[in-house]
Amino acid sequence: MSEHIVSPKIYILIFAALMILTITTVYAATVDLNAHFAGLNVIVALLIATCKAVLVILFFMHAYYSSKRTKLIVFAGFFWLAIMLSLTLGDYGSRSWDVH
Amino acid sequence: MSTTPPKPPGYQLPEEHYLNATYGIRSWLLTTDHKRIALLYLASVTFFFFIGGIFATMIRIHLLTPAGYLVTPETYNKLFTMHGVAMIFFFLIPSIPAVLGNFLIPLMIGAKDVAFPKLNLLSWYIYITGGCFVLYSFATGGLDTGWTFYTPLSSVYSNSAVTPAVIGIFINGFSSILTGLNFVVTIHTMRAPGMTWFRLPLFVWAQYSTSIIFILGTPVIAITLLLAGLERMFHLGFFNPALGGDPILFQHLFWFYSHPAVYIMILPAMGVISEIIPTFARKPIFGYTFIAASSIAIAVIGFFVWAHHMFLTGESTYAALAFSLLSYLVAIPSAVKVFNWTSTLYKGSISYDTPMLYALGFIGLFLIGGLTGLFLACLGLDIHIHDTYFVVAHFHYIMVGGAVMGYVGGLHFWWPKITGKLYPEFLARLAAVILFVGFNLTFFPQFILGYLGMPRRYHNYPPEFQVLNVMSTAGASILALGYLLPMIYLTWSMRYGKVAGRNPWPATGLEWTTASPPLTENFDVTPVVDWEPYDYKNRPDLGLQTPTAPTLAPAHGDD
Amino acid sequence: MHRTGELSGQFQTLEQQKESATLGMWLFLSTEILFFGGLFLTYTINRHTYADVFSYSSRTIKLSWGAINTVVLIGSSLTMAMSVWSAEVGKKKLVTFFLIATLVLGGVFLGIKGIEYHDKFVEHHVPGLGFDMYYCTKNPGACNLRPEDLQKERVELDELTKKMGGETAVNANSQLFFSLYFGMTGLHALHMIIGAGLLLWLIKQSMAGRFTTQYNTPVENVGLYWHFVDIVWIYLFPLLYLIDRH
Repeated sequence: MSEHIVSPKIYILIFAALMILTITTVYAATVDLNAHFAGLNVIVALLIATCKAVLVILFFMHAYYSSKRTKLIVFAGFFWLAIMLSLTLGDYGSRSWDVH
Repeated sequence: MSTTPPKPPGYQLPEEHYLNATYGIRSWLLTTDHKRIALLYLASVTFFFFIGGIFATMIRIHLLTPAGYLVTPETYNKLFTMHGVAMIFFFLIPSIPAVLGNFLIPLMIGAKDVAFPKLNLLSWYIYITGGCFVLYSFATGGLDTGWTFYTPLSSVYSNSAVTPAVIGIFINGFSSILTGLNFVVTIHTMRAPGMTWFRLPLFVWAQYSTSIIFILGTPVIAITLLLAGLERMFHLGFFNPALGGDPILFQHLFWFYSHPAVYIMILPAMGVISEIIPTFARKPIFGYTFIAASSIAIAVIGFFVWAHHMFLTGESTYAALAFSLLSYLVAIPSAVKVFNWTSTLYKGSISYDTPMLYALGFIGLFLIGGLTGLFLACLGLDIHIHDTYFVVAHFHYIMVGGAVMGYVGGLHFWWPKITGKLYPEFLARLAAVILFVGFNLTFFPQFILGYLGMPRRYHNYPPEFQVLNVMSTAGASILALGYLLPMIYLTWSMRYGKVAGRNPWPATGLEWTTASPPLTENFDVTPVVDWEPYDYKNRPDLGLQTPTAPTLAPAHGDD
Repeated sequence: MHRTGELSGQFQTLEQQKESATLGMWLFLSTEILFFGGLFLTYTINRHTYADVFSYSSRTIKLSWGAINTVVLIGSSLTMAMSVWSAEVGKKKLVTFFLIATLVLGGVFLGIKGIEYHDKFVEHHVPGLGFDMYYCTKNPGACNLRPEDLQKERVELDELTKKMGGETAVNANSQLFFSLYFGMTGLHALHMIIGAGLLLWLIKQSMAGRFTTQYNTPVENVGLYWHFVDIVWIYLFPLLYLIDRH
């Protein structure tokens, strides 16, 4: 599974990308993006966090070079999380639709 | 039609097997042999079954009279709570996976052991630790929140020993997770040469699906109970409306695990039935791929339906609609299984040995349990029967009629493999019939009671419900006899039973090719599999009579 | 994860053993996703319900510490990845070096976390009977805050109190925020401590020269765990520190 050895060069590149994203997210939080679109600040923060997480999973954790099975497990973990979040939030989000 | 194939005389127990390889308490408590760990689990889940059974008995005696004279209302609350906690978390969830799964998965796939034997033993110790906490809670004030631990009752108002119980169940969760993890890795990496995915016994497929739920569901109940426990201990407000929290959120989190947990209980039982039916119908199972896929489908779809437990709690109508619809979907893979089992029976050469009686009983009871589940998934009807005895009857048909029937049937089916001895066939059949009758007498009246409006968890009821309640209690006493009998004769048979031989039924699985009881390493040499599963037609090595071509029934002139 | 890298009895080949260990680790991590997931869900719903109080409470945490810790933790992930690489190419001394570096960075992270917890303790922001969001503004000098920050906090707090209709509501809801803050960062820190224990175990073995190009599964698996803990922090940082900083 880890027959492929990832070179330090890639690790350092990824680290640099993660640093840049960290700076971006801190900077983005100080700008009022919500003025343009409600909740944009959160969306941007979470998008950046997801980019970082994906980089860590793919390269630091070697998922990019791993078997389909490993990828499936990663996918399953996040998919189940998505089930939990989306269906629960679906309930909360649609309560205000109720007509009385 | 001969029932049990005649045993050639002169079967001998193997000289050395896993039971007599080493002796002494240490050799059991420090064992890493999956078969011995299975027996450790067998003893401990039986213990919890007894504890839960005692509470159930007291509940049923209390409900003999409308006013309920046996215990106080407070004690009654504790009885049904402790019955649920002991039965669900410490008997039903570990029963088939940890006992039969542990024993059989390596044998069925041709491996020497599970992938992580030490982790396997650790799982048992975690289970025991969690069990001790829960027993401590039972002994020091009991537990009265219902097994569901709804907040803020559990986190603020209850005066019973909630904290140790929550800690115990939290700990026990890790036992489930590690068992599931061990099984998935074992099934992926430890299969013998030739044992392809579609040659795996359906029991293994069922265990694999169950393990998915263990791995992805259990952590959610762990964190939920952790939060509820913290809320109780430190007066926090996650789920307490008085402090700004949201009790419905607790229910969402709780049922995200606890609904799929129902499939943890029933899926392995379905796996057992899929083994028993072809063996005693002497036919390849009908629709192997569909049964395997339906196990996975139940495990996945089972995660999409949880909020049907919350139709009356104030969740949004639109979410309730979606969950109602999704709940119907689970019926599809379940029905696929039932249809395939019945199709397997069609034109089979059926013999009514004890395991087969359990399997046939399972199909009928599961059918009733499953179909009444559709009533409950129906949004409008659920408002009428929510939290009544209809629900109680429904889930007992699934859990007792389904899961426990499967477990006891499986125990009989593999008992010759586990102990090397045969149980007394007549007594066993008698017990199976007693169980079936007792079960139906106990729980069928509860459907009617619920439909007439008797709410669950109440310690008394109006006098007009007494006849049905007395019937139910009478059934429970028969049911108790049905459980005691196997416990007695199975124990008896360990010493005095006839020697079983490798393959007493005979059946096609890999586990039947090794000695009974198996060696510590399971097989003399690593087996190589070059046959298809359940291929009763092309297995001369089983010593079955040459299958006669299916002759058409002689015409009687009426068709 | 066999200690000596020899073949355990239940396996046929070393590859099978390695494959099993790695698969087991990934499955364990998928469990962890759902474990933290329950907390993230609780957080999301409460944050949505009490948006104003949550964003105010978030601003009372020092951004600088959180940002520094993010850098430290990602740095430790880099050193962890480097130790895996060193093991794979058989540089035994480098393995030990990078493992120690990871441990040190992990220690720095926990130390900073300790400082932050201490600050919150001083400011009476720890959930419990002593919890009081107004403690610092009512007792100037008791908290380690600059006068201009204190003034800013007072203005914001007054505004929030008016909006929420009283101090009780503000306290109750921000206590929810801090319960989640301590719950999430605490659980994360617990994972870090467990990770540090695993690193110590690895360092001991690495010093004995156990890890070779043939046998490095433990380094790799602890690495997977460590990176996972890093990912949790990558989400915790924006969720807890970066709500409406503008």
